[in-house]
Amino acid sequence: MSALALARWQFAVTTVYHFFFVPLTLGLSIFVAIMETLYVRTGKEIYRRMTKFWGTLFVINFAMGVVTGIVQEFQFGLNWSEYSRFVGDIFGAPLAIEALLAFFLESTFLGIWIFGWDRISKKLHLLSMWLVAIGSNLSALWILIANSFMQSPMGHKLVTDEAGNVIRAEMTNFAELVFNPNVWYQFPHVVTGGMVTAAFFVIGISVFHIFRKSEDQEAYQLSLKYGTIYGFIAIVLVILLGHSQMQHMLKTQPMKVAAAEALWESENPASLSVLTIGDLSGKKEIFSIRIPYLVTILAYNSLEGEVKGVNELQKMYQEKYGPGDYIPPIVVTYWSFRAMVGAGILMLFLSIYLLFYVLKNRYDFKPWVKHVMLWSISLPFIANSAGWILTEVGRQPWIVFGILKTEDAVTPSMVVSAGEVATSLIVFTLLYGILMVVDVYLLKKYAVAGTIAADKGH
Amino acid sequence: MEYLNTIWFILIAVLFIGYFFLEGFDYGVGMLVPFLGKDDIERRVIINSVGTFWDGNEVWLLTAGGAMFAAFPNWYATLFSGFYLALILMLVGLIVRGVAFEFRSKDDNPKWRNFWDWALAVGSFIPALLWGVAFTNIWMGVPIDENMHYVGGFFNLLNPFALIGGLGTLTIFLLHGALFLSIKTEGEIEQRARALAAKLWIPTFIVYVLFIIVGYLKTNLFFKFGVNPGIIPIFTVLSLISTYFFIKNGKMGWAFILNGLTIVLTTVTIFMSMYPNVMPSSLNPEWSLTIYNASSSPYTLKIMSIVALIFVPIVLAYQSWTYYIFRKRVSTKSKLTY
Repeated sequence: MSALALARWQFAVTTVYHFFFVPLTLGLSIFVAIMETLYVRTGKEIYRRMTKFWGTLFVINFAMGVVTGIVQEFQFGLNWSEYSRFVGDIFGAPLAIEALLAFFLESTFLGIWIFGWDRISKKLHLLSMWLVAIGSNLSALWILIANSFMQSPMGHKLVTDEAGNVIRAEMTNFAELVFNPNVWYQFPHVVTGGMVTAAFFVIGISVFHIFRKSEDQEAYQLSLKYGTIYGFIAIVLVILLGHSQMQHMLKTQPMKVAAAEALWESENPASLSVLTIGDLSGKKEIFSIRIPYLVTILAYNSLEGEVKGVNELQKMYQEKYGPGDYIPPIVVTYWSFRAMVGAGILMLFLSIYLLFYVLKNRYDFKPWVKHVMLWSISLPFIANSAGWILTEVGRQPWIVFGILKTEDAVTPSMVVSAGEVATSLIVFTLLYGILMVVDVYLLKKYAVAGTIAADKGH
Repeated sequence: MEYLNTIWFILIAVLFIGYFFLEGFDYGVGMLVPFLGKDDIERRVIINSVGTFWDGNEVWLLTAGGAMFAAFPNWYATLFSGFYLALILMLVGLIVRGVAFEFRSKDDNPKWRNFWDWALAVGSFIPALLWGVAFTNIWMGVPIDENMHYVGGFFNLLNPFALIGGLGTLTIFLLHGALFLSIKTEGEIEQRARALAAKLWIPTFIVYVLFIIVGYLKTNLFFKFGVNPGIIPIFTVLSLISTYFFIKNGKMGWAFILNGLTIVLTTVTIFMSMYPNVMPSSLNPEWSLTIYNASSSPYTLKIMSIVALIFVPIVLAYQSWTYYIFRKRVSTKSKLTY
């Protein structure tokens, strides 16, 4: 494999892995902060037990997010040095701000929160948890500001050398970078996605303890109730926000939408594909089941409107950017989009079902609920990963849309050879694999141990 | 607006100084865990002494990396792609020690705990050694071609002078850790940490002198300065020597501060003598990365300066506050979280 292919694999492996932990951190930090707020406001011990129980699981997960995040901070320099040179003027700024505003906040106050029980006042302790939640979510904001520049670049100019070659992009307007509309579709979608992740985590574990009739039933019932409400609100928002994000994408990256739909020819009105099977090149349709009108309706909230197909866009891009292949890997985008949406719709139904029970304070579930809800802990992780794969793979061949191609962004092989990239890819894959086993072991151990053990322990 | 380039050079130096001073002692403490703690409870005391602080300390590195990326993208790109395998190794160390802190106490099995103690020690050892190697190489200059690409390979970094530099950070961080433990713990561990600090001072000093001698004989680093550090290097040596006298007199707080001062002044000396280079090229001085050819645009530097001006003081305030809240010594009778 070439150094480029290996570097792409390494980015995919380390980033998808990092993003297993991040959404849970985002959503669970808020959930734990809400539980602690209830504890401080009501003084009821049950809320302290819930805070400590979910807080312990939060901390185990947080550690993994932090350590895998260190790799993220440096891998642009490691494997993507030409990217770093080309857009560092713009891309580096939100990364530095993220560290300064968010990383310091979350890590410092998490230290205070973990060690501060009984050492600082209750209110200060609660404030620490909220600052952790704010810090984590601020971190998401700044990294998405950086990512939005890659999706739809704004607030920049291109700089050329004497010979007229474009050598780098420079920031011209910081406000445009920060207030890039893409940020304000993507950021809420990611944050609410994090809340859904935390909700299904809380729901699954609570249902497990309810079926097991563990001691402290009330804590699990309450957790399930709050988790379900939290999850229901969040999943509705995720779907609505995802919908408007898609409409925005149609304006900025129509190729990604066409690829997600495997829509080869432009259509007016455009149909939605329920199932499309392409040929082996992934560039031609063999068989497909489609619902008429639906993509046009989703795209424009109307029965009229053309959605451009892959072939027409390819022609347009060739005229605009010169000869080349501007079609992303359709099989990947098409199926990751379906995995994301499918998991999302399933979670919507599950949360509605549970909502009927918890709002009536009923916890006498049918036996299938236990297995389904335990397995459903994985649904948001599937949706989160698939969503990011669609976002990043659907942008290919660009690393920064319309400005820089991925193949021109990689560290030259005279600096880092394919062998070296392969070495680090193997090292990270093995290390991450082992750590996943350890992390799941610990999460399971503390999830099963329950609220009373958590209250006695840390 | 060229003064902004200098300001960002100074700011990145400050971030590295903060990182070496703060995480220096928790690397030291991490390495000492299996050696200084005789049983589980003692090891827990040692780990808990830095438990609240280590993660915040590490953010200094992440911020230094981010600031480098934002202010000097070419420095960031050349350094991290050039020192590729060394940096991968360091990342592995940082990952392993990060989870070790969190995971160790989560299971009672002695084998589990022993494993994570060693993971913590090795994970602290790797960056403690590699930062000295890295900075000595940066200071000396490495093969950088006319396109700012590092072309030296991995083994080029392992030259004798750089390895002495690596031993330098390793020994001084170990000493820093022992001194930290002598002011943050009580009883037997405190006594042992004091005795160890006295012993560790000797190799630290020898390595330091060796570094100066080899640097003097084998490099021309001490004859060409960007900014002449004047008497700062002399103070660096004096503070290291006085560390010894404070250890001998049992004034451990002072010993810790003066050893920290040695770390700070050494870093200051290196940054001053490199200025305005950030990565000198050993192939051709013309090809060196400087604060001008490696930097971002004046506009980005201006924006980042405003951000730093507002938020650096806030961060410093709440981090100092953490050290204040958790100022008490940790002992076997304390409530141990980790």
